[in-house]
Amino acid sequence: MPRLSVWFIRASLLYLTIGFTFGALMLANEGFAIDLHIDHLLPAHMEFLLPGWIMQLALGVAYWILPRYVKGLPRGNEAMAWLSLIFLNTGILLVTINTFFPLAWFVVLGRVFEAVSILAFLLVSLRRVRPSR
Amino acid sequence: MPLLTRWFIRTSFVYLGIGLAIGILLAAQSLWSSMLPLAVFFSGYIHLLTVGWLTLLIFGVAYWMFPKYSQVQPRGNDALNWAAFILLNLGLVMRLVGEPLDILRRNAFWGWLLVFSALLQWLGGMAFILNLWKRVRMK
Repeated sequence: MPRLSVWFIRASLLYLTIGFTFGALMLANEGFAIDLHIDHLLPAHMEFLLPGWIMQLALGVAYWILPRYVKGLPRGNEAMAWLSLIFLNTGILLVTINTFFPLAWFVVLGRVFEAVSILAFLLVSLRRVRPSR
Repeated sequence: MPLLTRWFIRTSFVYLGIGLAIGILLAAQSLWSSMLPLAVFFSGYIHLLTVGWLTLLIFGVAYWMFPKYSQVQPRGNDALNWAAFILLNLGLVMRLVGEPLDILRRNAFWGWLLVFSALLQWLGGMAFILNLWKRVRMK
């Protein structure tokens, strides 16, 4: 498994840990209203589990397992792929800040970071989606 | 494909089937004036698909395909992996039953069921993550 996939997948497991914890708190709070503020964790719960866990895991596994390029670098421009990791995580954190401090612009900015991250990943990896040799 | 993977994947497809059926009922609800308060299943429907289908499917495939941990324990502590499978399923089923009933007939029993459901799912998730973490490494 390449180093970048290790980072993608470990980050996804960290988000899964936090996302599951927020989800468990909200579900327990549904059973017994411990604290009404716990419900405010919902946007962070969704952000951590969808882009944070599932999307990030998919990118990490794809970078590892897709057929490699025959010419040049086997997995394409590595710097660009690292940029994708950094932009995705910056985006997730910017979006999540809004859960705790109402900063609507951070959500917009976060989504832009996430979109740029995916674009960078596609530029590096899309041509790897081809029949194996 | 290891036995636990088969259990994870087959169970995930059972949840997908139930989730899709509930999705049809929820969508069809607007077509007739039903006395059944189907909206109480909405949260369960989302979690059937995201926890029951997606997460269990991913766990099953990851358990199978990720780099081996060691010669002796290629997939980590298997007792912990099986515990994760059982806890996640038990917790999810408790949620699917308890959540609608807690909304419709709120009482302490259903409340506690949700608390236990949350605890079991959390423990199941953490057990699996703990094992998988050690297998996410460069060869």
